Amino acid sequence: MEIRVDGRRISAFAGESLAVALAAEGILHLRASPQAGTPRGMFCMMGVCQECVIRVDGRAVNACQEPVRDGMTVISGTLK
Amino acid sequence: MTAQHWTDLLVLGAGPAGASAALAAAEHGMDVVLLDEAADAGGQVFRAPPKSFVVANGKRIDPDFHIGASLRDRLAASRVRKVFERRVWFVAPGFKVSTFGPEGLEFWTAKSVVVASGTYERVVPMPGWTLPGVIGLGAATILLKSQQALPGETTVVAGCGPLVAAVAVGILKAGGKVGAVIDAASPGDWARALPSMAVRPDLLLRGLGWVGRIRLAGVPLLFRHAVVEVRGGDSVTEIMARPVDNQWRPRWDVPARAFQCDALAIGHGLVPAVELTRLLGAEHEFAAERGGWVPKVDEDCRTSEPCLYAAGDCTGISGAAPALLQGRLAGLTAALDDDRMAPEAFAQETSALRRKLQRARTFGAASARLMTPSPGLLDTVTPDTVVCRCEDVTRREIEAAFEAGAADLNQVKAWTRCGMGPCQGRMCGDTAAALAALRLGGREAVGPWTARTPIRPVPMETLIGEYDYEDIPKPAPARR
Ligand SMILES: Cc1cc2nc3c(=O)[nH]c(=O)nc-3n(C[C@H](O)[C@H](O)[C@H](O)COP(=O)(O)OP(=O)(O)OC[C@H]3O[C@@H](n4cnc5c(N)ncnc54)[C@H](O)[C@@H]3O)c2cc1C
Ligand code: FES
Repeated sequence: MEIRVDGRRISAFAGESLAVALAAEGILHLRASPQAGTPRGMFCMMGVCQECVIRVDGRAVNACQEPVRDGMTVISGTLK
Repeated sequence: MTAQHWTDLLVLGAGPAGASAALAAAEHGMDVVLLDEAADAGGQVFRAPPKSFVVANGKRIDPDFHIGASLRDRLAASRVRKVFERRVWFVAPGFKVSTFGPEGLEFWTAKSVVVASGTYERVVPMPGWTLPGVIGLGAATILLKSQQALPGETTVVAGCGPLVAAVAVGILKAGGKVGAVIDAASPGDWARALPSMAVRPDLLLRGLGWVGRIRLAGVPLLFRHAVVEVRGGDSVTEIMARPVDNQWRPRWDVPARAFQCDALAIGHGLVPAVELTRLLGAEHEFAAERGGWVPKVDEDCRTSEPCLYAAGDCTGISGAAPALLQGRLAGLTAALDDDRMAPEAFAQETSALRRKLQRARTFGAASARLMTPSPGLLDTVTPDTVVCRCEDVTRREIEAAFEAGAADLNQVKAWTRCGMGPCQGRMCGDTAAALAALRLGGREAVGPWTARTPIRPVPMETLIGEYDYEDIPKPAPARR
C-alpha cells in the first residue's frame, strides 16, 4: 500500500499507525511546537500529548492514532 | 442530528479493568455500554494489534498476548455493547457523557458509571527531551506489542521501574539494538522489592530473566544513573548520562557518559488518569506510592458519589493482574447496587475474588514503588528545560512566576500558560505540581491539577456540524 507524504510516495503496511509508517521512512518531525516552533515527533503513542498532530487529506489528525489508508495524502511538520 | 443513547451502565475505558467490569455486570443482566478510544478492547497492556496484522506468534513478542485475546473473545461472546474508536471528551454528573468518533458527536446517558481510564506516563524532563526520537517507555511498549515496530535503529532505554527492563528486552527480542539501559534505581532498591514480588514467582523469574538477557547481549547496564541531556539537531543523536545520589540527584561533579543513539525511550512511572472521576465529583486523595491523586474508593470500588465506581490503575498504579480482578469486583458491585444480585450471592462471588486481589496487589504495590521517582530527579529539569511541551514553558519561567508571587498552580498556569495547551497539562502537570510542591510544602498543599473539558481535543469540524447549540454540552464549572 502506498501513501503520499510531502509529495513523496512511501510504502506502508495496511492498518499500521501513520506515525510508525513515517518513522520507518525516517520522517520523525511531525509538528512544530506552537510557541517556539521547534521540531516535535511522536511521544506518547496514546493520543494524549498531541505532539504528532499532522495534516492528512486536509484534516488535522493524531498520526499515532491514525491507521494508514491507501492513497492518503500527508503533509508533515507544518501544523502547530 | 446527534445520536442519543441510553443504558444501565456505562463503562469508560476497555482495558483489563473496564472490560472485566463490563463482562461481570452484563452477566447479571445489566445493559452495558463499553466505551474506548482504541479500536478494540485490551487497554495499554493487552492492546490489540491492528486488525489487518497477522500476528504469527504473539506469545514470542509478548507473553501476555493470549490474555488480551481471550478477553476480546469473551467480550465478543457477551451481550456487552462494545463501542470503540470513541473519545470521551465530556462527562457530567447525573451521568451524561459525550464522545466523538466515526459517527461524529454522540451523547450517552446512564444510571451508573464505572471509570476505568487507566494511566498516563510520567517523564521527568531534561534538556533536549522535546527532540523527535524521544518517546515514553509506555509508548515504546505500544510500538513493540501492537505495531510490531522498533523505536529506532539504536535505542537507549532509561528511567525507572519494571518497564525499563521490559522495553529493553522487547527491543532485543524483536532484533533491535539497545545502546544502553539506564536505571535510576540501584540493585539494592530492586532487592528490597523482591520479597513482595515473590508472591508472583512467574513474574519475578521473568524479571530476572530480563536482566540476564540484557547482560548477555553485552548492553551497557547502568544502575543509579539518569539521562541528564538529549542532544541532536532535528532529532536525537546522543544522550548524556550521569550517576545519581541516593535521592536520585544527578552528580554534576562526576563526568557524564555519552551514548550515541537515534531513539531514547524514557519514563518515570505512571500517573492515574483521574479527570473523569474528578469531573464526576468524586473525592480524591494524594498517594505518592500509587502514582499521585486517586479517587477514594471503598473495598467494593464505590467512589464517594452514588452509582459511580472506579477500578484499575486509575485508582492507583497496581498493574494488569489486579486491574482484571478489581474490574470484575466493580462490575459485580454495580449489579448489586442495581438490585440485579442478591447480597448473599454477591458475598459468595466476591470472597475468593478479594483474596486473589489482595495477593495481586502485593506484587503491584512493589512494582509501583519501583516506578515512583525520588524527588532529587527534579534536578534534571534545569532552568532552560522545557516543562510544558505544548506551550514551550521552561522551569525558569515557572520559578519566575512563583518569585513574582504566584500562590498556587492555577496562578502559575494563568501567568505562564503552563498546562494550557492541547494536552491539557497531562504531560507537564505532574512536573509542574512537583516544582510547586517544593515551594508550597508538599503535593497535598498544591492540590490536584484542575480537570477541565474537553477531556480530549475535539476537532472543530466535529463541533461545527449539523448541531444546534443546545446539542453541545456546556463545560461544567472547573473544580479544584
Ligand atoms: C502507554 C502505556 C503502556 C503500558 N505498557 C505496559 C506494559 O507493557 N506492561 C505492563 O504490565 N503494564 C503496562 N502499562 C501499565 C498499565 O497501565 C496497567 O498495567 C494496566 O493496563 C492497567 O489496566 P487498566 O484497565 O486500569 O487501564 P488501561 O489498560 O490503561 O485502560 C484504560 C483504557 O481507557 C481508555 N481511555 C482512557 N481515557 C479515555 C477517554 N477519554 N476516551 C476514551 N477512552 C479512554 C484507554 O484507551 C484505555 O484503553 C502501560 C501503561 C501505559 C500508560
Ligand atoms: S504521540 Fe502523543 S498524541 Fe500521538
